[in-house]
Amino acid sequence: MAVISTETVPVQSEPDVVAVRRRVRDASAKLGFSLVDQTKVVTAASELARNTIIYGGGGTMQLDLLNGPRNGLRLIFEDKGPGIANIELALRDGFTTGGGLGLGLGGAKRLVSDFEISSRPGEGTRVSITRWK
Amino acid sequence: MEKIPILKMGEFLLVTIQVDMHDRLAMALQDDLTQMIAASEARGVLIDISSLEIVDSFIGRMLANIAGMSRVLDAETVVVGMQPAVAITLVELGLSLSGVRTALNVDAGMELLRSSLNGSKALYGSHLD
Repeated sequence: MAVISTETVPVQSEPDVVAVRRRVRDASAKLGFSLVDQTKVVTAASELARNTIIYGGGGTMQLDLLNGPRNGLRLIFEDKGPGIANIELALRDGFTTGGGLGLGLGGAKRLVSDFEISSRPGEGTRVSITRWK
Repeated sequence: MEKIPILKMGEFLLVTIQVDMHDRLAMALQDDLTQMIAASEARGVLIDISSLEIVDSFIGRMLANIAGMSRVLDAETVVVGMQPAVAITLVELGLSLSGVRTALNVDAGMELLRSSLNGSKALYGSHLD
């Protein structure tokens, strides 16, 4: 698997969420994703970008175009916020500490092919998702 | 500030969402619509989302909130025009939009609003007999 290109965009404020959606839409279209797959990965990115702002206090999204047996899009959301104490609980549908629906993390996981999360309380959170064509 | 226009047509309010909404814009629409239902005594709200390329949990919650608030204010809400890819993604995300009435397009949505309004008028009339 080779990384064709990589770029990092800020995820600091609400308008950045809209910019993330547009950026991910363009990248997934460029990779030849079907409309449904584009919509899934853009929606997952929207959820994770919002989490980065609301829970992480802002951070970045790294966007990698992957080339291998299949083309893929990898998105890595990173923040230096308070972290997640109980990841298993955070992934559960309906669990929220932010007043939302509690579908962000678990929902995003269901919309992509690979999902990795690592977090340390006090140090931040890193969520990596990949959608293969 | 950017705003999503709300049109009044007879007893109905019509909203066409044509921009990629950031969260605050979605919240503003929710507030504006609720105010306008009360102020105009509207009996129905039609929200056209055919231009929306995604509905994530935040926008989904906004649609459910609008439907709930309008119901409390005695108005029906119909969401129309959802793109098939959006519908597939929404269900996989875990949102079924229960409590939100939907129709395939504006015509079908207007028909649904009219028939539910006529239905409630007929019911009201029968109580007077």
